[in-house]
Amino acid sequence: MTTTTVQDEQPQPEAEGAESRAALPTLRRWLEATRDALLIPALALLTALAIGGLVIVFSSPDTLDAWSGFFSHPGETLSESWQLVWDSYYALYDTSLGSWPAFSRTLVEATPLAFTGLSVALAFRAGLFNIGAAGQLVIGATCAGWVGFTWHLPSAIHIPLAVAAGFVGGALWGSIAGVLKARTGAHEVITTIMLNYVAYYLLDYALRSDAFLRPGRNDPISKPVLESARLPDFTIGDLTLHLGLFMALAAAWLVWWLFGRSTIGFRLRAVGANPNAARYAGMGVGATYVLAMVLAGGLAGLAGTTNILGRESFSLTGGYYRELGFDGIAVALLGRANPIGVLAAALLFGIMRSGSTGMQAQTSTPVDIIVVIQALIIAFVAAPDLVRAIYRVRARREAEPAFTTSWGA
Amino acid sequence: MRMSTVVTDAQVEPPEPPEPTDAELAVRGEMSARRRGGFGIASIVLGAIMIRAFGLGSESGLDATFVFNKRGESTLPDLVLPARETCLVLGLIAVLLGAALVTGLLRRRTYLVFGIVLALFVVALLAWAARGDSVSILGLFQGTLFKAVPLALGALAGLMCERSGVINIGIEGMLLTAAFTGALTASAADSVWIGMFSGIAIGAVLGALLAVLSIRYRVDQIIGGTVINILALGLTSYLGTQVLAEYPDLNEPGSFQPLGIPLLQDIPFFGPLLFDRTIYVYLMFALVFGLAWALYRTRWGLRIRAVGEHPGAADTVGINVLATRYRSVITGGAIAGLAGTWFTLDAVSGFNEEMTAGRGFIALAALIFGRWHPVGAFIAALVFGFAEELQGRLALLNTPIPSEILLATPYIVTIIVVAGLVGRSRPPAADGQIYERS
Repeated sequence: MTTTTVQDEQPQPEAEGAESRAALPTLRRWLEATRDALLIPALALLTALAIGGLVIVFSSPDTLDAWSGFFSHPGETLSESWQLVWDSYYALYDTSLGSWPAFSRTLVEATPLAFTGLSVALAFRAGLFNIGAAGQLVIGATCAGWVGFTWHLPSAIHIPLAVAAGFVGGALWGSIAGVLKARTGAHEVITTIMLNYVAYYLLDYALRSDAFLRPGRNDPISKPVLESARLPDFTIGDLTLHLGLFMALAAAWLVWWLFGRSTIGFRLRAVGANPNAARYAGMGVGATYVLAMVLAGGLAGLAGTTNILGRESFSLTGGYYRELGFDGIAVALLGRANPIGVLAAALLFGIMRSGSTGMQAQTSTPVDIIVVIQALIIAFVAAPDLVRAIYRVRARREAEPAFTTSWGA
Repeated sequence: MRMSTVVTDAQVEPPEPPEPTDAELAVRGEMSARRRGGFGIASIVLGAIMIRAFGLGSESGLDATFVFNKRGESTLPDLVLPARETCLVLGLIAVLLGAALVTGLLRRRTYLVFGIVLALFVVALLAWAARGDSVSILGLFQGTLFKAVPLALGALAGLMCERSGVINIGIEGMLLTAAFTGALTASAADSVWIGMFSGIAIGAVLGALLAVLSIRYRVDQIIGGTVINILALGLTSYLGTQVLAEYPDLNEPGSFQPLGIPLLQDIPFFGPLLFDRTIYVYLMFALVFGLAWALYRTRWGLRIRAVGEHPGAADTVGINVLATRYRSVITGGAIAGLAGTWFTLDAVSGFNEEMTAGRGFIALAALIFGRWHPVGAFIAALVFGFAEELQGRLALLNTPIPSEILLATPYIVTIIVVAGLVGRSRPPAADGQIYERS
């Protein structure tokens, strides 16, 4: 305190120097904050990969056989295990980032994850835990797909209409949970999970109807989306980007703008931080819950939309889209409910998704290991104290957002 | 931030009716005219469906037969009703009851009246679906009790955790993991009992994980539970493809056989319903009534409830809050583990990916519906079990209802129940809150 007063009383020529001295701590604080923000997710990723490696070793028949002879050939056992884990992770890297076409596939995988991650993150900020991204995604894809293969329109109208249909479908599905929460206090975790199952069965039902079922097929697969509604690709050399990626970037910017710059975003955050204080300040808490779920549902709907309109098969099938919604929770947690963080997390999960099939083909490590690693990442990201305890990182006194509240709320 | 949330949450008043007059009405067993009118209109709509779709919409002259005996026995007479007329009469009663609610002739016990209307609707639905055919009421009730097992036990698991103040969203993951473990160890050891106990053990381990995450590392409890769910889903799917698909003989656990209780099992109807069942049905009854007694009549139970309602006060009188929470959450996990083994050792012999299909969440809904009381949760589990069993039976009878809609019914019923009742059922006051000594 005294030093600053002394500095303030310095004569004029020193003022510039004082300013740069003041800027330095700001920069350092910013760097420290960035390091802290990245440190926990990075350590979480590392730990999850390490434990995932152990799971790979102890579930592969070959290495298990090797481990039964551990005491006679310990070196061989260890090197064989290491080789398997290394091969698996290398194949994961090689088939997702190893070449431009592979990277293009990774971006295609990351696009819906960015949307579901943003959906969960947006609801988080408003104090809601949206486990229903999976169902909202299914409904969004169903609506967008129906517009895409039923109506015959020129591309310039068809694409926006199909995208809008996907957004509205997801938003309507999400709003059910929002309205139930606002009007009756029903906890969104239970209602959104239940709505997921209802959405899956609705899609199954739709896929049996003439309006959806591809002529001449008996298995549940829809008609393909017409050429005029498919999202266009942009090619730069070997890199292919489809419009969905740019939509995801735009959505992330919009979410950032909403929370950082708009009144609505402020209301969402206020209700999320403390509904009672928000109510006392005259904000409509119920209406805010509904709005948050509408926006979250719409974003999840867009995840389904970019998938159905922008991806190879261009058709709905039973069951395929479900896991994407759950990955959204992981992406939002890893990205700390922050739009840029969500984009980075979506890219990471996109890498894992696109690399996992190649990994299975090359090393016979099943695709499902990805889900295990993802769950471990969430566990560690959700428990920063745990990661700090493992790596003996000093805790910084910081305000960590509490995402959810009790049943009553 | 975290501290401030704790403080503000403590200030949240229990959900209360919007106007004090409602509370006064509730004391007299009444509710506001608007609410009662809503139930009345719902009753009239249900009655209209019964008359129009089930009654007038079906062929005349067909009988629906309700069977109360075990297959091949004839101690009790069958109930044979003319399907069309039954639906018309029951529909008319429902409409009249609805009208009485709307006009205010019936002011009291609106829930009871609406419950009767729902029961009439189910009977009419069965009569309509079984027209020209027969439906076994004994089978329906047996199936209800059977399907209620994982829901009731899951709800009890949630109850143990939440009564001590820890929300357990991870029941679904505990069920799934225990189902997998039970199938694996029972196959390996060739003993269903070992499967059951290892399932209980893995449930307790997951309970301990949830306890450590939420108590030691102060993770948001809902996120902690979700972590368990996702981890369970990933691990069981992974090990399912990696181990069970590779060695199919590790997924042949066999299953528990019904244990008939001498003499009691020969009582007509109730014998086969209650006294000739697998160990799970008996354990469910024992745990429901045992826990109801232990939680409300013993010092142990009082301490758990005290920690869940007001940890600060409990701490003051010398109860170790955190240790009590650890013990309760681990016990809850063990009960969830027991419930999980039902899937692979009783319901189906063998593990399938995602075989629990959201039942852990339905169990949570049963817990809320049952007002955080063991017996209430059990009754709620029976309601959900009935919805599930009815759906299965209707799918077998000749109904034009699409199978997907029927399959979605238990989930829709859960949403309606949670939405309709959560405001009126009060969770333990400190549920979901981190306890820090101040």
